[in-house]
Amino acid sequence: MTLPYSRPRWNTKKFVSRFIQYSVLSLIVVIVFVPLVMLIFGALKTRGEFMTRPYVVPIPPRWENIISILSHASFWLMLRNSLVVMVAATAGVLLVCSLAAFVFARMEFRSKPIFINLFTVGLMFPINVAILPVYFVLRQMDMIDKLWGVILVQIAFQLSGNIMILRGFFTAIPAELQDAAYMDGCTVFDFFWRILLPLARPALSAVAALTMIVSWNDLLVPLVVINNEKLWTLPLGTMQFQGQYGQDLAMISAFVALSAVPTIIFYLFAERQIVSGLTAGAVKG
Amino acid sequence: MQPIPAIPDILKLKRGTGSSHRFQDNLTIALFLLPALILFLIFVIYPIFQSVYYSLFDWKGFGPAVDFVGLDNFINILTDKVFLIALRNGVFIIAFSLVFQLPLSLALAVLVGRDLPGRVFFRTIFFMPYVLSEVMAAIMWLFLYNADPERGLLNALLVLFPGGKAIPWLSDTNIVLPAVFLAITWKYFGFHMLLYLAGLQNIPIEIEEAGRVDGANSFQNFFYITLPLLGSTIRTSVYLSVLGSLQQFILVWIMTKGGPVNASETLATYMYRFGFVRFQLGYGSAVAIYMFLICLTFSLVYRRLTRQPDYLTGL
Repeated sequence: MTLPYSRPRWNTKKFVSRFIQYSVLSLIVVIVFVPLVMLIFGALKTRGEFMTRPYVVPIPPRWENIISILSHASFWLMLRNSLVVMVAATAGVLLVCSLAAFVFARMEFRSKPIFINLFTVGLMFPINVAILPVYFVLRQMDMIDKLWGVILVQIAFQLSGNIMILRGFFTAIPAELQDAAYMDGCTVFDFFWRILLPLARPALSAVAALTMIVSWNDLLVPLVVINNEKLWTLPLGTMQFQGQYGQDLAMISAFVALSAVPTIIFYLFAERQIVSGLTAGAVKG
Repeated sequence: MQPIPAIPDILKLKRGTGSSHRFQDNLTIALFLLPALILFLIFVIYPIFQSVYYSLFDWKGFGPAVDFVGLDNFINILTDKVFLIALRNGVFIIAFSLVFQLPLSLALAVLVGRDLPGRVFFRTIFFMPYVLSEVMAAIMWLFLYNADPERGLLNALLVLFPGGKAIPWLSDTNIVLPAVFLAITWKYFGFHMLLYLAGLQNIPIEIEEAGRVDGANSFQNFFYITLPLLGSTIRTSVYLSVLGSLQQFILVWIMTKGGPVNASETLATYMYRFGFVRFQLGYGSAVAIYMFLICLTFSLVYRRLTRQPDYLTGL
C-alpha cells in the first residue's frame, strides 16, 4: 500500500456492515424488479406459452404480440395524443407558473398573502378529490371529448405545487442583481425574461421533467374527459386494452411493456431533474 | 458604536418609489398573475362552489338540477355503510403507510446513506416504480396476484412450500386491502426514500462525526442525532403520505374496483362510483365535499400541530 491514509481501512466490522447493507438493498432491488421482469417475460411470449409456462424466461423471445400492437394505428394514435397533451401541459405549466412565481418571489404588494393563500388551497384539493366537480365545469364549457379539456385541467392542478417550487428558486436569486438591472434601465419584464429565467434554467427543467411525468402518466383526467377512441391517451388506452383483452395476458403484457418504454427511457435521461424537482418541492420549499 | 447607515442612495433608486413606476409595477403584477389566476379560479376554485350547489340536489346530470333535497345527501352519506367502510379503509391505508411504508423508506435511505458505492444505482432503481404510471403498476400487480398458481407468481411461490396453499389475494375480503397496500408501497416507497435521502444530505456530516468521536454508537447516532435533524423531512413525508393515502384511486379501481363487496373501497372510488358509474351527481358532489373537508381539516390541524410542514410554508 503506497497511500495508507487515503484508503478506507477495511476491517471485519466494516466488511460485515457493508455486506448486510448490500444484501438488504439487493433484496429490495429484486422485489422492485419482479413485477417488471414478469411483465417483460409475458410480453415476449405467445398466448399459448403464457398459459403453459408463465414463469420461465422466454427463449426464444416471441415478438408477435409486440409487432401486432406496433402495426396497429391505434397505438401510434395514443402515443401521439399523449405527446400532444404532455407537451402542451408542460409548456403551459412552465409559462404560467414562472410568471406567477416571479410575482410572488420578487414583487411586493399589499394583497400578496391573500393570493398566496388562495393558491395554497390547491395543495389541499388534489385532482382525485376534485374530479367530479371539475367534470361539471368541463361539461358546461363544452370541453368534454377534447384534448384541450385534459390539458387545461392538468395545468390548473399543477399550478400550486410548481409555483411553490419555482418561487423557492426565484427567491434564491440575489436581490442585487434585480437592483442592478433596474438601475441599468431594465423593465420588470426584461429582468424576468432575460436575466431571471436563464438563471433559473435548472429549476425550470426540474419543473418541466416533473410535469411531463405527471401529465404522461395521468389516467383520471382523460378517463373522465375523453370518450372518443381516437383521442385516447396511452394510459387510458392501456386501461381499455386491459378490459378488452381480458384473458390474453401475453397480449396485455406486451401492450403495458411497450407503453412503459418511453417512460423508462425518459426517466433514465431526466432522473437528475425529476429528483431535484421533487426534493426542492418537498424538502426545501 | 455608531450604527452603519444602510446605503440610502441605493435604496432610493429602488423601483416602486415614483408613481409611474408604481402603476407599471401593479400592471406587471396583474398581467403576470392573470393566467395562473384565471386557470385556478375556473378549474379549481369554481368547481368547489359548484359542487356545494349540486350537493343540495338529487341530480342525475341531465338538465338543470331542480330536485332540491337540502342536506339529505350529506346525511345519507354518513349513514351509508359503504362510505364508512371507505373511510375506515382510508384510515387503514394511512396507518399502514405510517407504520410500514415510511419506516421502510427511511431505513433504506439510511442504508443507501451518503457514501455507499453504487448509491446512485440503488436510488435510480428504487425510485423507478414512482415514475411508472399507476395503470401500469396496477396491471402488473393484478398479474402477480392472480389466484391461480398457474398464472399468478405469488401463489406459484406459495404452493412451492410444503403445505402452502394458494391465496385468493384480491377476492378475499380480509386480504384484499393489505394486498392493495403492498402494491401501493411498491409504487411509492421510492418517493419517500428520495425525500429522506435529500434530508440526510442536508445534515452536515460533521455533526454525525462529532457524535461518533464522542463515543455514540451507530444506533445512538441515528436515534439522537440523525432522526431529530430529519424532523422537517419526516413531517413533510407524513403529510404527503396521509394526503396521498386518503385519495388512492387508480390502483384500487383497476385492481379491484373497490371490491369484493366494497372491501377495498376508498373515498375516491366511492365518489367515482356515484359520480361516473351511477350518475348520482348530487350525491357524488356531497362525497367530494366531504373529501375536501377531510383533506382541508387534516392540512390545517397538521399545520398547527407540527410547526408548519415545509411543503406548505413554501407558498
